[in-house]
Amino acid sequence: MRVGVESLSDRHAKAMESFLEFTASRIAPYAGDWDNARRLPRDVISALGEAGHLGALVPAEYGGSGMDLIEFGLLNEAIGTGCSSVRSVVTVHSMVCRAVQRWGSREQRERWLPRLASGEWVGAFALSEPGAGNDAARIGTTARRDGEHYVLDGTKKWITYAQAADVFLVFGHDEGRFAAFLVERDTPGLTVVPIDDVLGTRASMLAELRFTGCRVPRTALLGRVGFGLSAVATDALEIGRYSVAWGSVGLAQACLEASVRYAGERRQFGAPLIKHQLIQRLITDMATSVSAARLLCVQAGELKSADHPDAVTAVWMAKYFASTAASRAASDAVQIQGANGCDPAGSAQRLFRDAKIAEIIEGSTQIQQTTIASLVSQAGAGED
Amino acid sequence: MTDVKAKITEFLAGHFKNHDLADDEDIFASGYVNSLFVMQLVLMIEREFAITVEDEDLDFANFRSVNALVDFVSRKRAVPVAS
Repeated sequence: MRVGVESLSDRHAKAMESFLEFTASRIAPYAGDWDNARRLPRDVISALGEAGHLGALVPAEYGGSGMDLIEFGLLNEAIGTGCSSVRSVVTVHSMVCRAVQRWGSREQRERWLPRLASGEWVGAFALSEPGAGNDAARIGTTARRDGEHYVLDGTKKWITYAQAADVFLVFGHDEGRFAAFLVERDTPGLTVVPIDDVLGTRASMLAELRFTGCRVPRTALLGRVGFGLSAVATDALEIGRYSVAWGSVGLAQACLEASVRYAGERRQFGAPLIKHQLIQRLITDMATSVSAARLLCVQAGELKSADHPDAVTAVWMAKYFASTAASRAASDAVQIQGANGCDPAGSAQRLFRDAKIAEIIEGSTQIQQTTIASLVSQAGAGED
Repeated sequence: MTDVKAKITEFLAGHFKNHDLADDEDIFASGYVNSLFVMQLVLMIEREFAITVEDEDLDFANFRSVNALVDFVSRKRAVPVAS
């Protein structure tokens, strides 16, 4: 039922098979329970670490799996078919790994990457605030230099896995100059306040982070002051968007599989639902959208692997298309199942709630729309 | 050097609509670039000139103008002479 991509290598196909097996055995059967409990047990995080999935973007020299971007995308798709809460943790953790690998000093890489790759420590990405989401330049958290330290004051909100993460990549500014810091969980002046019962990805253990005179050493600074948003956050967010795009493909694939299965089994008016043409139309749109989204993700991965400047636009397009396609697929999956789709014991309602989150995180659908228009306008600026 | 400058100028032309950017003009003060610009610029430089922009390179002085970018690329591409 999964329409593959011919251009992917045998190695990628085998990797995907392994990722899907991992998801089928370690994630999918428990996703509903985790959603109900509003939390992920640490043993699933340990399993991700042992499988090398938390070190996906970490080079082998630091104990990581050193996956290429297509393989990383496939990992996100596979996990996305089983549980978007787990995929969300992989997303934000990978963003932190990417930031440390890309912008960290040798000392910072040696300190953080082996721990992050093994899953001994889990990272979370702390940019959003009560008054600043997509408009990240409005963040109010301050980072004041004080000798050999920086002092952080402010509040971060909606931070994925912050209830249990061990280290946070925190963004603040010093008189308008943005900077990024790696802040360990037990740092005095940091308070973690859980946010439960959110609409979707309920097991992703969101929290609010409150920094009150939180002193971190200068060695916690990642990258340079002034480049916290334009380099560190922007680069990490691109990995986040890429991860969410692939995860959305997985979610939509799960919707497709559930819909086809249900429509084949459920009989109404003397025939299986799949024989009814209006249901066929929903299935057709769903299947076509899943394949189209997957192809956009492959395109984004290939351009990004080549460090092509067009990768920026391609990743935005992939996330925009895949997340909106996932939302439609999840809505239609509920519709096809009718009352059964609303059953709290079933997966359709969870997929529906989780899909909405994919349209919001790492840039809302509306931000995708305005940004893509801006990017393609730039690209065509010199053309008549 | 001319080739480096030509490629940088060509890339920047895509971002500066109806504006001829002078070689020493401050790119960031112009108001013509958006938040993704730095990332696209870094990607372009790394790809076109086979260099890696690293942590210690994150200084606006390296990216501020066409001339600054050409100087930066030239420094990064310079191969140290073994002693």
